[in-house]
Amino acid sequence: MTTYAFYPGCVAKGGAPELYQSMVAVGEKLGFSLSELTGAACTGAGVISERDPLAGDVVNTRTFAMAEQLGHPIMTICSTCTGVMAQVASRVNHDADYRAEVNQYLSDEGLEYRGTTEVKHLLWALVEDYGLDRLKDLVVRPLSGVRLAPFYGCYIVRPSKAVDPLTAGREGYLEQVIATLGADPVEEYRGKDKCCGFPLLETNRKSSLALTGKRLDEARDVSADALVTPCPLCHLNLDGQQPDTPTASTQDSMPILHLPQAIGLAIGIAPERLGLARHIIDTKGLIRKLAVAG
Amino acid sequence: MDVQLKVRRQNPEAEGEPYWKEYALAVPDHFTLLDALIQLREEVDETLSLRCSCRSHICGSCGMRVNGHANLACKTKLSDLHTDTVTVEPMGNMPVIKDLVVDLEPFWKKLYSIDPYLQPAGEVPEREYVVPADSMLHLDGVVNCIMCGACVSDCESLSVNPLFIGPTAFAKEYRFVMDPRDAADTQRLMQMNGPGGVWDCTHCFQCVEVCPKDVAPMDRIMAMRKMLVDDGVTEKHNGARRQKAFADLVGRYGRLDESRYLMKSVSMGELAGYAKVGLRSAMRGKLPPLVPHRIPEAARIRRIFERTRSTHRRRFKLHQQAQEGSRV
Ligand code: SF4
Ligand code: SF4
Ligand code: SF4
Ligand code: SF4
Ligand code: FES
Repeated sequence: MTTYAFYPGCVAKGGAPELYQSMVAVGEKLGFSLSELTGAACTGAGVISERDPLAGDVVNTRTFAMAEQLGHPIMTICSTCTGVMAQVASRVNHDADYRAEVNQYLSDEGLEYRGTTEVKHLLWALVEDYGLDRLKDLVVRPLSGVRLAPFYGCYIVRPSKAVDPLTAGREGYLEQVIATLGADPVEEYRGKDKCCGFPLLETNRKSSLALTGKRLDEARDVSADALVTPCPLCHLNLDGQQPDTPTASTQDSMPILHLPQAIGLAIGIAPERLGLARHIIDTKGLIRKLAVAG
Repeated sequence: MDVQLKVRRQNPEAEGEPYWKEYALAVPDHFTLLDALIQLREEVDETLSLRCSCRSHICGSCGMRVNGHANLACKTKLSDLHTDTVTVEPMGNMPVIKDLVVDLEPFWKKLYSIDPYLQPAGEVPEREYVVPADSMLHLDGVVNCIMCGACVSDCESLSVNPLFIGPTAFAKEYRFVMDPRDAADTQRLMQMNGPGGVWDCTHCFQCVEVCPKDVAPMDRIMAMRKMLVDDGVTEKHNGARRQKAFADLVGRYGRLDESRYLMKSVSMGELAGYAKVGLRSAMRGKLPPLVPHRIPEAARIRRIFERTRSTHRRRFKLHQQAQEGSRV
């Protein structure tokens, strides 16, 4: 059994506590061994590096060094964290000179990064390490009869050079997991790898909400029952801002599930333990539909 | 090899709605999508319209969406696509003239709006301008732009905000802001700070991903945001406040506390619009803790920020060098 240096990210412990809660519940059931990196800082979500690229690289390399000391790959549960770390890794892992420059800022803490830490999102860990067959064996309440469209979040798919450097084979993972859980992964959903508008929330709220609304409308167009996302920031917009999107008042609401919540429902964890009551958009209808179908 | 092309057709002049048409084709293994489309037009359906010229990814004419993402048809090898059916659509964010041909007028207008030419100051030298090589060499990437429009096609912000100046024009703007000979950089940066400017980019990486020439427009946009803040052009913009709020909070606690972050990032007037969201979240037990959680040794993070920031270099400008009386 692989042990992971678990990096939950700020949002899972702040504005989307139901993500942390559901990950812990699901991790237990799957038998994941998670050793939380409690001393690691925020990845900076791209904003720190916008202000100071070197600072962004140093802070994340610090996290890599901590995981390297533990001897485990990092596991994240946020597309944004994953993407930011993957981009930093693409700069520091293979360039010894640059790594030495970055390490200078870590030496007073006694840390030195050697370039060996692997960063994996839960989604990648599930498919690549755990195996979909094993996941399938644990499914006791298949999510059959519902259409769960995938919503990846920008940073787990782009830039592909950083997040999927070797194979370009990570494209369909979310659909594969959704299908393993017994649901219809709505292959024709065009919004799946587009932007939810979150980064514009403070600088251009109108555009931000327009993008969020667009993604939801695209999901309605293909009759999705709900979206599943591996990114809590996407969740903040798709769920939290949904009532303020342009078409919200005239359209049915669209529940948004965190990836571990969808898994939890299928492997028989009670909805309360998955924090499903903590969403802005009600999930009761979806849970009822699942109960009828299952 | 056999290939199935699913092409989005439309003839707006004849008031035609868009529709999909599928073609089965047998082509040699080495064919690009453009080769296949030309064969299709010559042998199967002469009514299909598309643009192309060089056939070797130089001219930038053949931009279109391939399996949902913009690319050059002549740079897309069919055997690399690993799909049985290839969907082909006109580029996005631009009106369709016919089939795969789009109207580039809005694209050029955005480009002209940033004054895409050199604006030097002072006397013109008798011979060429002399600049240090490393002040120019790093512009290699941006000058590779072939104006194909792929980045504009897939730009997320443009899809909802027609004012947004967009990735191609911003990449060009960066090219001049960073050019040692150009003296209009302050004026250029002011424009970047306004409506449709760099703060309206949603940081989605689409332009970086689809650009066939590795111009990385978004990276240039982020670099210009940094210049705006470093040069003191903007302090009040939410984008600048957000940068500062983020660094302050992560510097103090080691992690982000979303409610404080929001309060520091938007103006008092705007806060009301977000208050509703906060209230909704509180009712669902979703608000972050009142006293933010702090990581152990958070002070180290602030220290890192202080030390890395002291390494920042100013950009090199000829006219400033001249004023300061130093010789190049
Ligand atoms: S990037 Fe986001 S979720 Fe990730 S650690 Fe930072 S604020 Fe948190
Ligand atoms: S989809 Fe949204 S939150 Fe998610 S990575 Fe993109 S902008 Fe961010
Ligand atoms: S990163 Fe910005 S400029 Fe590039 S495509 Fe996205 S919104 Fe447009
Ligand atoms: S930046 Fe790249 S994608 Fe955009 S117009 Fe130039 S070459 Fe084309
Ligand atoms: S035909 Fe010139 S770039 Fe494709």
